[in-house]
Amino acid sequence: MVEQSEVRVVRCGGSKINLRPPIISTDSRFVLCASGDSVKVYSTRTEEWLHSLQGHTNQVTGITLNPANHLQVYSCSADGTVKLWDFIDGILIKTFIIGYPLFAIYVSEKHDGIVFLHIAMDTDSKNECFQLVAVHLPKSAEQEVEAKELSAVSSRISPNPSCTAFGREGQYIAFARHLQLNVYFFRKQKTYSFSLKATDKKGAKNAFTCIACHPADDCIATGHEDGKIRLWRNFIHTKEYTYSTQHWHHNAVNTVCFTPEGTNLLSGGIESVLVQWQYGAGNRKEFLPRLGGSILHVSTSSDGQLFCTSHSDNKITVIESSFKVCGVIQGLVKGDAVLTDLMIDPRSKALVLNGKPGHLQFYSLLRDKHLYNLDIVQQEYIYEAGLDQFEVVKAAFDIKGYWLATVEERGQKSSDLEFSLKLWAYDERTQSFVLNTTITAAHTDRIMSMCFSSSEETTMLVTTAEDGQFKAWCQGADADTQQDQNFWSCDFVGSYHNLKPTNCSFSADSSLLAVSFQEVITIWSPDTWELLTTLCQPPGVVRDLCFGQLSCSKYLIATTTRNLLCCWNLLTCALEWSTSVEVSKLQPDPLSENVAAFSYQSKHTDLFVFKPNEPRPLFTHKNVCSEKMHRAVFVPREEPLNNCDESSQWLNRSQLYFLTQNMDLLTFSTATEEDRMLSSSKRLVIDDSVAVTPFYLLLGKHRQQQQKLNTPSHPAADKPQQPQGSLTCLLLSFPSLFFPPEMEMESSEQEMNSEKEEEHSEEEMEACDSQQELRAQGSVDEVTPKLSKAQERELKRVRKTDFSWMAGLIDSKP
Amino acid sequence: MASFKPTKVQFLPKLGEKVTEETLYWKNYKSPVQIKEFGAITKIDFSPLPPHNYAVTASTRIHIYGPHSQEPIRSFTRFRDTAYGGRFRGDGKLLVAGSEEGLIRLFDISGRVALRQFKGHSKAVHMTSFLSDGFRVVSGSDDLSCRVWDVPSAVELSSLTQHTDYIRALAPSKLNPDLFVTGSYDHTVKVFDMRSGSSVMTMQHGHPVECVLLYPSEVLLVSTGGRYVKVWDLLKGGQELVSLKNHHKTVTCACVSSVGNKLLTGSLDRHVKVYNSSYKVAHNFDCDASILSMAIAPDDEALAVGMTNGVLSVRHRRHQKDKETLTSRRRRGPSYQVFVKGKNFAPRQDDFLVSKPVKQYLRKYDKQLKSFEVSKALDTALQTWTRTSKPDVTVAVIIELNRRGTLKNALAGRNEEILLFKGFLHVKCVCVCVDLYQQVFHESPVVERLLQRLMEVLGREAELQQELLQVLGILDTLFTSLTPRKEVAALAAPPVAFVMLIDGVMKAKKIII
Repeated sequence: MVEQSEVRVVRCGGSKINLRPPIISTDSRFVLCASGDSVKVYSTRTEEWLHSLQGHTNQVTGITLNPANHLQVYSCSADGTVKLWDFIDGILIKTFIIGYPLFAIYVSEKHDGIVFLHIAMDTDSKNECFQLVAVHLPKSAEQEVEAKELSAVSSRISPNPSCTAFGREGQYIAFARHLQLNVYFFRKQKTYSFSLKATDKKGAKNAFTCIACHPADDCIATGHEDGKIRLWRNFIHTKEYTYSTQHWHHNAVNTVCFTPEGTNLLSGGIESVLVQWQYGAGNRKEFLPRLGGSILHVSTSSDGQLFCTSHSDNKITVIESSFKVCGVIQGLVKGDAVLTDLMIDPRSKALVLNGKPGHLQFYSLLRDKHLYNLDIVQQEYIYEAGLDQFEVVKAAFDIKGYWLATVEERGQKSSDLEFSLKLWAYDERTQSFVLNTTITAAHTDRIMSMCFSSSEETTMLVTTAEDGQFKAWCQGADADTQQDQNFWSCDFVGSYHNLKPTNCSFSADSSLLAVSFQEVITIWSPDTWELLTTLCQPPGVVRDLCFGQLSCSKYLIATTTRNLLCCWNLLTCALEWSTSVEVSKLQPDPLSENVAAFSYQSKHTDLFVFKPNEPRPLFTHKNVCSEKMHRAVFVPREEPLNNCDESSQWLNRSQLYFLTQNMDLLTFSTATEEDRMLSSSKRLVIDDSVAVTPFYLLLGKHRQQQQKLNTPSHPAADKPQQPQGSLTCLLLSFPSLFFPPEMEMESSEQEMNSEKEEEHSEEEMEACDSQQELRAQGSVDEVTPKLSKAQERELKRVRKTDFSWMAGLIDSKP
Repeated sequence: MASFKPTKVQFLPKLGEKVTEETLYWKNYKSPVQIKEFGAITKIDFSPLPPHNYAVTASTRIHIYGPHSQEPIRSFTRFRDTAYGGRFRGDGKLLVAGSEEGLIRLFDISGRVALRQFKGHSKAVHMTSFLSDGFRVVSGSDDLSCRVWDVPSAVELSSLTQHTDYIRALAPSKLNPDLFVTGSYDHTVKVFDMRSGSSVMTMQHGHPVECVLLYPSEVLLVSTGGRYVKVWDLLKGGQELVSLKNHHKTVTCACVSSVGNKLLTGSLDRHVKVYNSSYKVAHNFDCDASILSMAIAPDDEALAVGMTNGVLSVRHRRHQKDKETLTSRRRRGPSYQVFVKGKNFAPRQDDFLVSKPVKQYLRKYDKQLKSFEVSKALDTALQTWTRTSKPDVTVAVIIELNRRGTLKNALAGRNEEILLFKGFLHVKCVCVCVDLYQQVFHESPVVERLLQRLMEVLGREAELQQELLQVLGILDTLFTSLTPRKEVAALAAPPVAFVMLIDGVMKAKKIII
């Protein structure tokens, strides 16, 4: 059992980056987004993934910039913690333990030290009832703090985090649920609620879907299920409130967002069109169409120069304020289902599966990066709910990766099925696949499966269809059309007693073709198209079929619906062995003799790895996951591992990836491998703390050297940029929360170094001035004599920042 | 941001059409120049000399046209009755022509009055020609005789009456001044040798011979008559080499191109067919009326076709140079010059080139589809021009509308005209139409007729399918009996060609009906 525990299931890459709105850093250099159990930091200019903030143990459910320090970010997670990060260096500053699963986080500049969180109502968590609580974050120097000061702001709020928004200067908070809009005023501590009727005269649905508050005006914009946007005003009075309606979206509005100045309102929905409404200018609007999947979130940078939209196809688009797309960050696209199998492009070793509607995506597993989308359908995609779309349902690569065959299908629901078989050739020049042949009526009914021959000399494609025939397609001249030589045409049509063929498979050397017709497996010779033999093991229809590889190529393995796994020896044409196991997926490893079988029994999936020549499994892994598993693939490794362990030996040549029903991509990894990964990732963290740009290479190193020169005597500190001079000790006593932004510190440092004697007097004078000012303020404020420690610190901070600002003025005067 | 993807027009390869170099060569002619003559054009002959003028015999006159002129540069009008068979001499300086009255006239190209007149035929002379020595003229007449005339003395040298019907075809040998071939309505082709003074070879064409033609090598002889074109091998004693039946009306004329010696035939069915060296039709020219005469200029520079309605249609070869001059002229336009200043600027090595975004040009229906104006897009696709000349575009737009789920909206509220489109037979479209207009169908007789026709077409198609399946069944039994294996394992597969045929029919059925 010790050996078995060494191989474990690991979630690998490609997690969702569109769960929560992405945020743009104040200097517009970074985009942060929640992705799985980490926060990913991307560069806005190069679209590259820089690093990720790792530390949460469950799904990160919300991120927001720290209003007190724009270089820090709060993240909340379903593991019940709020963490504060320095996102440029990727350092965890603090962890606040809340204790309940958190679902969203909000902050406001006015409410310092307080974060607002969505938590589930513990009374009936199944009912999807959520409440909004304010959490006072305790200020202590420790790394891990328990925050227990929870105060409920509102209960029974919508589970959708975009249905909650802070109003002007944090005076009020607005949240919507179903048909009710509630506005809670912090000062009055009162909630006003406004409700709409379920449907209006035209029968449109009025439920709220999203909400945004104007940053300077008392105005709330709400999006609705029928595509309307309402602008609410005068909601300070319960009775005399007004709203105006604007309508462009034809389906539910997913997100609304005001630009920081409040001049424009951005909205997006399923149509994938970003609409910019001019605030207060009636119906004047601009459009940015065809952005990809439906828009889920929109966010803006604090200077309003950049917008970010996140899309349902796991994509973040960076848009300039002039409405031009300037960057696309693409994750692994996860549709509702993977219709094609998981495949490996033999050329690039990229994982290939369904991507955007009508596309195939190529995803590099090594770099966890989306490579490109291949447009299969080549038609304008109409974003409309309930529209029957063309989908890529089958795809296959030939052994060299030179040919790609795809089947696209439309009309699964209705009676008239439209489908076409397409063959794509790899173009060396463009490094991409180019359409070679389109066959519109390859079969008279749905294509069930297809495979390429596995020999390197001649390429042949075999398709089986529900019309009871299987067809072999070859590249070559068509006698009828007599066009160029390299188009594909039908070479052979085969059938067997009018049974429906289900699966087809070529043997390792392509000398045999096995086609299963329900219960019967027929073996054909592709050279002469002669039926060699038939194999049958009733009862049960053949579900999966594959030949053994390498030294086991004389074996044919099949699984049936009646829980049977059979292995035939093709030399004797007799059943070698069979066992009773319910196999949902059979996957041979192309680089070794191993075959992986996933079996689904009593609500969990088990994995068996075996060699066809011995009926005993090589490796067993119980309870891989709790769902049924249909898609799996062996990915060849870059360099083979040399595990001697019997249980992990099967992972030496290639790695097994599989996809669960809720679209999680998982893999099996060994302990040694993980160690290696861990060390490399650590190295990465140290190296890539800043975006590696050519400028960084030039300037960053230079700066580091300077720093070294400047601070030869100072001991190494835990912070990367340690302030020096007289302020240092003062600053060090502060909790890291109050660290002034980097730039300010630098300026104060410089000032410290440069202004030595001449300005010293002035400096002091200024300091006196500011102190006087403070005193004047204090006289107004009664509480001044009994300032709390925190307040004192804050005052000091204010003084310091003021100070540097003044110094700048003085500098510029002469 | 992805740009709008235009509607994909499905291009179906036409079965049987082969794109070879030959077809490309013959396609490379400009659209024809039409010249109206006074009557049916019976003979066209190109001058062998470089400007390659051509003589057109029509009604009572012979016009000589320059290679590119639309107006005759010379005309011979001194005929009292219909002129026939105007032909140049080998040096292009003399022209001989027969006439309805039986008189043969010889003209100087630069003169106007006939230099010689040969009298002797008692009936119309349809064919005249110089023999290759240039001093003798041979003529074939409706009085069943063939006569040879001496040009300097204008006397009849010999008269040969071996045909039993009108002589309507004549071809002198270019290599031997004593040989010529005649074709007659008595279904025979005869080769005459002046030295022996009689026919040396007789071939049975089987139909009234309209035209005879010798290949430049003079080994092969072509005769046309009825719907047949026959090629004879003279070296094998007049053995029939091939018999072509590609026209569906009488083949009236034939000529051989000078590049590659390709055979061209013209017929009353208004087609000119070009054969490749294995006598398969490589190209086809369509004309407006029945063709009576045809000639091709040396180097295939022009193809002149004369028709019964008196229209002479001349196709000139398109040259690479023409295209270039055309485009260069267009490029020299002033507006373009203004906008592309410094287009000759050559970027240096370290220059950073900023490319302009390429503007995407969309068709009108695509523009309308882009802005979701489905009804308008269908209107555009159903315009008369589009639906007659590019029905595949119309079908593509209909398919696209169906894919968008807006076909019903686009089809609603239309009158019966929409159904008059012949290609308007996409299954889904007809279904939607029937759904939409079920109540009003019976009000329009036109639509009712159309539906009737549709039913007939469907019935025929079903019958055809049944027949094909029967054939398939027969073949299946044949193949199974042929297989040596004892165990009856599988239904042997039918040959691919048949399957493809069935597939094709199925596909056609799916797409068209």
